[in-house]
Amino acid sequence: MDINDLRGLSTLFLMIAFIGLCFWAYSSKRKKTFDEAALLPFADEELNQRTVQEEERNV
Amino acid sequence: MSELNSALEHPIYNYKVVRQFAVMTVVWGIVGMLVGVLIAAQLAWPALNFDLPWLHFGRLRPLHTNAVIFAFGGSALFATSYYIVQRTCQARLISDKLAAITFWGWQLVIVAAAITLPLGLTSGKEYAELEWPIDILITVVWVLYAIVFFGTIAKRKTDHIYVANWFLGAFIIAVAVLHIINSLVIPVSMTKSYSIYAGTVDAMVQWWYGHNAVGFFLTAGFLGMMYYFVPKQAERPVYSYRLSIVHFWALVAVYIWAGPHHLHYTALPDWAQSLGMVMSIILLAPSWGGMINGMMTLSGAWHKLRTDPILRFLVVSLSFYGMSTFEGPMMSIRTVNALSHYTDWTIGHVHSGALGWVAMISIGSLYHLFPILFGKERMYSTDLINTHFWMSTIGTVLYIASMWVNGILQGLMWRAYNQDGTLTYSFVESVSASYPGYVVRVIGGGIFFAGMLIMAYNVYMTSRKGVASQPAPAAASAA
Repeated sequence: MDINDLRGLSTLFLMIAFIGLCFWAYSSKRKKTFDEAALLPFADEELNQRTVQEEERNV
Repeated sequence: MSELNSALEHPIYNYKVVRQFAVMTVVWGIVGMLVGVLIAAQLAWPALNFDLPWLHFGRLRPLHTNAVIFAFGGSALFATSYYIVQRTCQARLISDKLAAITFWGWQLVIVAAAITLPLGLTSGKEYAELEWPIDILITVVWVLYAIVFFGTIAKRKTDHIYVANWFLGAFIIAVAVLHIINSLVIPVSMTKSYSIYAGTVDAMVQWWYGHNAVGFFLTAGFLGMMYYFVPKQAERPVYSYRLSIVHFWALVAVYIWAGPHHLHYTALPDWAQSLGMVMSIILLAPSWGGMINGMMTLSGAWHKLRTDPILRFLVVSLSFYGMSTFEGPMMSIRTVNALSHYTDWTIGHVHSGALGWVAMISIGSLYHLFPILFGKERMYSTDLINTHFWMSTIGTVLYIASMWVNGILQGLMWRAYNQDGTLTYSFVESVSASYPGYVVRVIGGGIFFAGMLIMAYNVYMTSRKGVASQPAPAAASAA
């Protein structure tokens, strides 16, 4: 067992990490959270409107 | 009074710094691409350096790359990241002052580059040519940038950190690490320094930096743009948010290893070359995962492409992204690289990414942004956006096609042997055979550049008070 075994094993660890990530991301438990997160770009229209109005007033 | 209270409760965004960076993106795009057209013309007609050292190809080429990558691309990234982070975190930038310092600091870096590079002051590292005092200034600006960006994320009003911010955050962190490590030098005067690395190690550090400048500056940052502006312009959420998470981690984990493919058949140990090659091929998967995720966001809304040239910019940029991220892994295969390396194929590949992907996604995002930043309904002229779109597409295709032809031609001529083992062609014969390709490149680049001038006019007209937008073509045909 030397440093090179560890280097070889790192490939395995990374593979496990990647598969784990996929399971984590695609688990049905998180579906709702991610569906909500995907809507974030559309959630702040009101703030944008008010920024634009505010800027117009200050010019 | 109640208005003041609600203003305190719901912070209103800082669009000033976004507007400044967005306008400068167009300005530096024009400057950088003009230099590009000039040096492309010099390769076709060498007399165009006018025998002046400041206009020599060797000095203007780094000026071109620095201007388009860091001035044009950098300003686009600053503008969009400051915009995206505020809107998806529903919080104002953590400090207007720091944001303003990053704007003026970054402009100062660009001006310093525009002065020193034509004077021949360079550290000689590709995409990292600037001398050490400017490198220090970049570091300061970048750290402030990170403080503003991550500070804004820290005070966000939303639970979740939207995926675009992950890509932008990775871009900011990775570029800081790359810039600092690759720029470590021993200064001998204000304008001259030597790298602390030597020989092969220096080359490896340089291309670890160089390829990750591509991976994090020119890819991760612009993917952040993609994940915000494509859904926004298509008016539907990203195709798969879960895929975007896998995309993010796979991309950042793999890109960092791809650098050695720039050093095939050099003194770099073979195992390191093979590692770089294998990692580059694996990169195809996350790259295409991201591209498909962006494209499929349009599923069910493809008809919008018929009427919306901004969406067309965004989607065609993704096709060029898919094309160049297929070409890249292929070129990193050592035997393919034996043909392509040191030829114009490489330059063609870079520009299919730089013009097709980076510039077109930025231009599309900016056309989405400018009306908001100038308080208008839409851009002054949608027809001119459409004209710009076709000029960009045709310009890019002419550019990359001519460089493919030139590259393969050069690669084949250089490796041709006679029966007795002597070379069939002298180098200068391959140069003269490249002439038609160089002319086509000037034409393609010129068309792309002219498109930027149209954009500047359209942006100027949009910014003017009291100038109404021209009717949109869709509205016109409906009426």
